[in-house]
Amino acid sequence: MDNLFNRKYVIQVLFIVVALILLGTLFYIQVASEKYFIAAESNVLKKIYTFPARGVIYDRNEKPLAQNEAVYDLMVIPNQVKEFDTAALCRIIDIDMKRFARNFNKASAQSRYQPSIFERQLSVQVYATLSEQLSRFPGFFVQSRTIRHYPDSVAAHFLGYIKEVSPLDIQNSEGYYRSGDYIGKSGVEKSYETLLRGERGIVNMMYDVRNVPKGSYAEGRFDTAAVSGDRLISSLDLKLQKLGEDLMRNKVGSIVAIEPASGEILAFVSSPTYDPNLMVGRSQGNNYMELLKNPNRVFNIRPIQGYYSPGSSFKPLDALLGLQEGVIDPSMTFNCPGYFKVGGHTVKCEHVDGNIALRMGLARSCNTYACYVFQKLLTQRKYPNQRVAYDEWQKKVRKFGLGEKLGIDLPSERNGRLYDAAYYSGKYSKYWNYGTVISLAIGQGEMDATPLQMANIMAIIANRGYYIKPHLVKAIGKNRVIKKEYVKKNYVDVEARHFEPVIDGMQDAVNAPWGTAIQSRIDGIVMCGKTGTVQNPRGKNHSVFIGFAPRDNPKIAIAVIVENAGYGSTYAAPIASYIAEQYLKGEVSKYKLAQVAWMKSQVILPEPPKPKVKPKPKGTDSIEKVTTPVLPDQNHTKSKPIQITQ
Amino acid sequence: MINQQSNNRFFFNVDWVTILIYIALCAIGFVNIYASIPQVEESTAFNFASNYGKQLIFIMTGLVLGFSILLLDAKFFSIFSPIIYGVTMILLLVVLVVGRNVGGNQAWIPIGSFRLQPSELAKFGTALLLARYISSFNPKLNTLKPVLIAAVIIVVPMCLIMLQPDAGSMLVFLSFMFPLYREGLPGYLLIIFWGMVLLFILNLFLSQWVLISIILILGGLFIYFNKKKHQRMIMIGIIMISAIGYLFIAKLVFENVLQPHQRTRIELILGLKTDPKGAGYNVNQSKIAIGSGQLTGRGFLQGTQTKYGYVPEQSTDFIFSTIGEEWGFAGCFVVIGLYMFLLLRIVNLAERQRSTFSRVYGYCVACIIFFHVFINIGMTIGIIPVIGIPLPFISYGGSSLWSFTVLLFIFLKLDSNRMGFI
Repeated sequence: MDNLFNRKYVIQVLFIVVALILLGTLFYIQVASEKYFIAAESNVLKKIYTFPARGVIYDRNEKPLAQNEAVYDLMVIPNQVKEFDTAALCRIIDIDMKRFARNFNKASAQSRYQPSIFERQLSVQVYATLSEQLSRFPGFFVQSRTIRHYPDSVAAHFLGYIKEVSPLDIQNSEGYYRSGDYIGKSGVEKSYETLLRGERGIVNMMYDVRNVPKGSYAEGRFDTAAVSGDRLISSLDLKLQKLGEDLMRNKVGSIVAIEPASGEILAFVSSPTYDPNLMVGRSQGNNYMELLKNPNRVFNIRPIQGYYSPGSSFKPLDALLGLQEGVIDPSMTFNCPGYFKVGGHTVKCEHVDGNIALRMGLARSCNTYACYVFQKLLTQRKYPNQRVAYDEWQKKVRKFGLGEKLGIDLPSERNGRLYDAAYYSGKYSKYWNYGTVISLAIGQGEMDATPLQMANIMAIIANRGYYIKPHLVKAIGKNRVIKKEYVKKNYVDVEARHFEPVIDGMQDAVNAPWGTAIQSRIDGIVMCGKTGTVQNPRGKNHSVFIGFAPRDNPKIAIAVIVENAGYGSTYAAPIASYIAEQYLKGEVSKYKLAQVAWMKSQVILPEPPKPKVKPKPKGTDSIEKVTTPVLPDQNHTKSKPIQITQ
Repeated sequence: MINQQSNNRFFFNVDWVTILIYIALCAIGFVNIYASIPQVEESTAFNFASNYGKQLIFIMTGLVLGFSILLLDAKFFSIFSPIIYGVTMILLLVVLVVGRNVGGNQAWIPIGSFRLQPSELAKFGTALLLARYISSFNPKLNTLKPVLIAAVIIVVPMCLIMLQPDAGSMLVFLSFMFPLYREGLPGYLLIIFWGMVLLFILNLFLSQWVLISIILILGGLFIYFNKKKHQRMIMIGIIMISAIGYLFIAKLVFENVLQPHQRTRIELILGLKTDPKGAGYNVNQSKIAIGSGQLTGRGFLQGTQTKYGYVPEQSTDFIFSTIGEEWGFAGCFVVIGLYMFLLLRIVNLAERQRSTFSRVYGYCVACIIFFHVFINIGMTIGIIPVIGIPLPFISYGGSSLWSFTVLLFIFLKLDSNRMGFI
């Protein structure tokens, strides 16, 4: 029995061991491990976000270009909805029963206990009516948020637009964005997204297991208020921008105006354009699809995406590089018989001017002169061969911002096109020389520049040898910060003294009786410029003008391109002169107002592209109908674009 | 002296320490049930219709019940034990016919607004009969026949409860093994039994063939080292063969006899499956609640998991999660400490009994409470599968509180009478 008596110890030891096991486990999960504490917090806590107002965007004189307007989302908590007059609600918010059912089912599918958006972005008027009667609709409430409003409906391409985030955006942001947030999708709204969006406010709420809110956590000690986005002061001049858009109405092309001393872009017109207010609100999607239908591609940002041969506007560069290299001097003349011949290539000239020097060559836009300079540059003795010489040449041209992105503060800028020697060696082996690429001398051939790059060349000449990266935002936030890269001077390695002869020629182009743009002279202001008539393989030539004004201490450098408008002097140059005058004088001279009005009313739209495959006649009786393709006539295109180009 | 003793029988001989622990545990239960009410309706008035109100009534009536038991004659339990046992077995049969099905278990007999749970009664019915059998016949528990008789006494209610089916209550009857062990059941039987349980679990973890090879290798080694001892070689051989046979049967039982939800629970607890939103949800939430209590707890009524209903069945089977969350490790330590104190006290009281009946019954009480505490707390902290049995004296529920009260107070009565012979 003694033996059995000892068994009481066995049993007691068993009890104690088990108790220790329990306590050990408890110690681990309660004291040693933080895991469960954190899990408990995430069970109960949910962060409720409050939306900040997006940063306001101003023009350079601090007039708002993009501001915020309150809209009201109608929210619903499905399980709190009781029987009510659905027809009345539908009437107030102007939807039909089908949409009502769809919205309600969608909300219920998301959550029965949590609020979901029932109908978004109700206007102030609808909100006013609705809020009076909201008590009739249990389970519904209104949440306000802000959307964009553009008071002057200008600069759509500069501003871009915002849109609800896509699942991809959410994924890419590594959890910053949440469903229902808005994000800049293009323009400044995109490039300055992180500054404009502000900081969301966070309210830590406690929820029970059925997701019913139970009050704020820790008396709101960890809550934060929403911080509005930084304001941006853009470099655009609202008046100038508006004038530019009006002048370009019913035309395709770009205007870029830069303040040379600062690199600030004063006008940034891409035509056709659209009313940015169309890309806001409930019908954003529909409007977007409608705008996409325009054959002239409304959403192209032509100043930074359009590719044009620089054409004659490239000629000042020839002269500048020639002077810097010492292969020409301002008084050196070349004979122009009306063409320049090299190997099998002939470059035609518009005039037969005989012996022609730099100043006249630029004023008259002489192709022969440009080709001689190019020839001299590429046949310098110091290079072992012309291929090396070419490569050095294109490197110098690149310094002027051609062939590469300038680094403007907008997304989707394009490079332009300029090839190095290796490209041509690849194409022609070593059997090529300056004659092969002679078109480059007059800015044609395998060379493309964006309007921004062209305007920037003018800024370089205006500054006599350097540029500051062109940019659209001159000050960020209350402290008016500016990005460092937008104050740095980029030198092009051409001495300042070489610019004067070139500028002389450009002055004559606008101001001398023999200049190509004499009609665009501005009273009291010496504008220097260069017209261009750019060959367009797909249709009528493009009208181009680049220039700056005034000659001394220039305030504005400008590039204007009007597609399919023919000579540079007829459309582009006058438009540039109006812009320059408006900016420098604050208004266009009275006697020119009629011209301005005429220019605004001009319709120069390319013919809509013909359908590539013509429908084949199926039977004899239908031949007549089919063989006359139904193309929208000029009147039709005139009336239609009002929606788009205003 | 004798006179005085008989006059103040149930006041001076009753073990007041045990009663104090009992009251402490009931009070802890009440406080935590109060805290577990989901704060849907914010009424400050004391509400007798709510769980905590009812529990207070249960505690009061439980005390009345307990003290009335102290008034009964001690001999009553010994004499009537076969009848009590018989009645509880009949009730276990009755519940299968007229019982109300709650949560898949047909465990309740509705009597008016009150629901009787016969499996609770069967616990002390069985304990009483077992004590009576051992005390009356003084059987040698290392021989076959007495072991079989004792086994029948235990297994009959187990089978009846399994028909409900209520695995939790059934498993509690395994605790009777320990009183039998105290009274002479050979230790190796216990080792074999728990060895089987271990094999059963390993069987789920490892591939059957791996397990069989392990058994063969181990057996082979044993045989090799006992080459000259033929008897042992035969013994080891038999053990090996039966172990392997058992493996197959265990697999069969697991796959065909157990309910799917029981299978899932076992698999979850062994970490063979992870499913925090499904069957593992309760345990996971319970662990989170307990773990979030940290060292000192969030404080009374401050537990967010408790308050906002994140732990299901919070006031009944998962009441320990409230304790863990609001009182922290310190609170858990106190509660487990109280239980340990109670259990060791009962064991020591049992050992001082002159009568075998009282001693065996005391061990039964201790072991039943021990099983409940171990399984319940183990379940809430995820080291034991979710087996729905209450935490003694603390969990919400009249049936369970009263049956534990009766269980305990019968022993206190027997103990107060320890000088006399039963």
